[in-house]
Amino acid sequence: MVEEIGSTAAGDIIINVGPQHPATHGVLHLVITINGETIQKVEPHLGYIHRSIEKMCESLTYRQFIYVTSRMDYLSSHINNHACALCVEKGLQIEVPSRAQVIRVLMDELTRIASHELWWGAMAMDLGAFTPFFHAFREREAINDIMEETCGARLTMNYMVPGGVMQDIHPNFQSRVKEFIALFKSKVSEYNELVTGNIIFQNRMKGVGNLSAADAISFGCTGPTARGSGVSCDIRKLYPYEIYDTLNFEEILETGGDSFARYMVRVREMSQSISIIEQLIDNIPEGDFQAKTKAVLKLPKGEFYQRVETARGEFGVYIVSEGGTTPYRIKYRSPGFSNLSALDHMARGSKLGDLVAMMGTLDLVIPDIDR
Amino acid sequence: MVIAGIAVITLFALLGLVLVLMERRVAAWIQIRLGPNRVGPGGMLQSLADTLKLLVKEGMTPDGADKFLFNLAPFIAMMVAMLLMAPIAFASDFQLWNLNIGVLYVTAISSLMVISILMAGWASNNKYSLMGAMRSGAQIVSYELSAGLSIMSIVVLSGSLNLNEIILSQADGWWIFKGHIPVVIAFIIFIIAVTAETNRAPFDLAEAESELTAGFHTEYSGMKFALFFLAEYINVFIVCAIGATLFLGGWMPFHIGHWQAFNHVMDFIPSSIWFFGKTFFLIFLIMWFRWTFPRLRIDQLLDLEWKYLLPISMFNVLLITLMAILGWHF
Amino acid sequence: MFILKYIKEVFSGLKSLAVGLRRTLYYFSHHKEIITQQYPDNRDTLVFPDRFKGEVVMVHDDNNEHACTGCTACELACPNATIKIITKFDITPEGKKKKAIDKFVYHLELCTMCNLCVVACPTDAIKMAQTFEHSVFNRAELTKVLNKPDSKIREGVE
Repeated sequence: MVEEIGSTAAGDIIINVGPQHPATHGVLHLVITINGETIQKVEPHLGYIHRSIEKMCESLTYRQFIYVTSRMDYLSSHINNHACALCVEKGLQIEVPSRAQVIRVLMDELTRIASHELWWGAMAMDLGAFTPFFHAFREREAINDIMEETCGARLTMNYMVPGGVMQDIHPNFQSRVKEFIALFKSKVSEYNELVTGNIIFQNRMKGVGNLSAADAISFGCTGPTARGSGVSCDIRKLYPYEIYDTLNFEEILETGGDSFARYMVRVREMSQSISIIEQLIDNIPEGDFQAKTKAVLKLPKGEFYQRVETARGEFGVYIVSEGGTTPYRIKYRSPGFSNLSALDHMARGSKLGDLVAMMGTLDLVIPDIDR
Repeated sequence: MVIAGIAVITLFALLGLVLVLMERRVAAWIQIRLGPNRVGPGGMLQSLADTLKLLVKEGMTPDGADKFLFNLAPFIAMMVAMLLMAPIAFASDFQLWNLNIGVLYVTAISSLMVISILMAGWASNNKYSLMGAMRSGAQIVSYELSAGLSIMSIVVLSGSLNLNEIILSQADGWWIFKGHIPVVIAFIIFIIAVTAETNRAPFDLAEAESELTAGFHTEYSGMKFALFFLAEYINVFIVCAIGATLFLGGWMPFHIGHWQAFNHVMDFIPSSIWFFGKTFFLIFLIMWFRWTFPRLRIDQLLDLEWKYLLPISMFNVLLITLMAILGWHF
Repeated sequence: MFILKYIKEVFSGLKSLAVGLRRTLYYFSHHKEIITQQYPDNRDTLVFPDRFKGEVVMVHDDNNEHACTGCTACELACPNATIKIITKFDITPEGKKKKAIDKFVYHLELCTMCNLCVVACPTDAIKMAQTFEHSVFNRAELTKVLNKPDSKIREGVE
């Protein structure tokens, strides 16, 4: 970064962390200024994997553009697809059958657990413990198998369609999910033994990466990142969609505002998702899995916005329609982008090792930041 | 003597292969994986295949590097590791160099290791390498203190710097059993300190993968990288051998008081097996740590040394000295 | 009191480490917990769920007949131009011209397995197969013609 060299104080070094770097879980490019081990400045440079998804979506029909959003936040692809489907349904004023709604919520929560599992493993790996990564994948694999059976794919399922879901759930779905819940409950104590209770881990996490509630709001942080600072921002509670207003679950709030608080929010959210699944799994209503829709979907002229809560925070879809078969303009509000913007504020003055921990607790998925 | 020397150098090469395989196996089992199982029976030849691959790989020297120092550093790392092999007693009658100040020699030479790391980090002309080297310097220099103090406690108890005499002083029981709790504390501190000194996780800040990509050996490839890699494992072996010699009686068999029959059976097991068994047990401990714990941060690492390990071990040495003077040990 | 707190701190720290070590030792010594699948070896026993989306295939029956009318619904449904249908005109026995598919070209290298074409097909002529080992040495091999040579449309499918 030639232009920045002139602006550094004596003794400062500029380091490029990324685009290829083990800590960035992908291709995030951070230009950091350090003095010794102390971080002076963190500048995220985006654009390395920009695929212009928003522009691409403008040439796709309202059925087609949904699958592209799986490629943004690939760890909560179901939830992204869900947001798009909801937005189209809002425009067309389609009534989604209650069976489809329950299936969608079940899939969303399974995705959220899978995403948090992966985050938990990757988080520990950022801090130098490799073993939790493999242990987390064992449980995540069980979810992936369920997804594979019902949706036909393990990561980018494209299961949500305008009007409901693409196929009915597999006959084994309910028993497989119950098996998973039993597996998860038997293994979750290991997470505390291996990582949460560990003195080294706690020392690495507590008191670093402080983000006050006011800062979290001003940076536009959402999801577990903001909830770790005590900001109530769970879209499922505040602006309930589907059947979330009838469900009994708790919005996890931690007031610490440090890396450990954000860690605890995610770990506790997994149990909340399990409880949501437990409430629904035996109560899937009979009926259609998909509403009757026209072969060609045409949204009326106007602007439509739908927000959902992904594993990383608030995800919004904004569609401008001119009345045609394809959207005139699409804008995605991705949670990772706003959460990343708080990194500089959090990291200043802390050590290089803490930067990695903070990035871990922000749970960044780079294709989500850089669409 | 020459034959013995060649035998030790062969052992040296062999150990690298065995330890790498062992590390991968331990890691795999802890991580509910199978580990290497494709090359040779049960994956036994995996590390040999890796070595072959590294041998034929191009050894790059970066453009901006200080070429002389860059190429010298891995050899220094290797030489230090080789020198450390000399005074170790592998069996009751096999020791290359029965040095009367063996303990002092080992502590002195092992601190040379930091030079090769600093050299590699500086000469690479890479910011990650430099940071890794600086971290490593701070780390090794500070942890040498508590490692030295815990070694000192055995020297105080046995009254000798000669490794062979230290082993002989444990004929009636290993120091870890004879020395009550203070020696157990010294042993724990020793294990922690040598883990840090050999740059192994959770103290692997010099090569902290998620922070510094590969730390001081970021720019090394091919055989030059392999030498660093080999030196790391040989160092692990050596510190564990020293630990086994000082605390667990080296090649001394396990004896219990007056159980003549039991002791007789124990004597049947060759002394080299006793030595390697104890050493590999300690190596397993260090590997087990690596695959369980997250990494410390650099300031916490130094905190641990200066606020916890050093005061405890200083107090402990005083206690052990008192114990040795008053003859409280068995 | 300061010393007591210090010692307490050291012990609680060591205890938390010991808990982690016990857990990893458990896995080290219990090999039946290992979850590795030895992939190329277990190829024969691999079972894929019947909904698994591996690649698009056209269903042919024993008489080498398929159900594709060439309506291009799948082509229109596809988001990335994976499917290209080339039609021709058959002469029916009555002497009338009838539209039929000549080639159903499928670009596997473009396909994202989104299942939209299968959903769009009015005659269930195409479906998702459970194959997954798609690697080839030549990119051209990924462009496939799905209708078999000399196959024709099944009687009664409109």
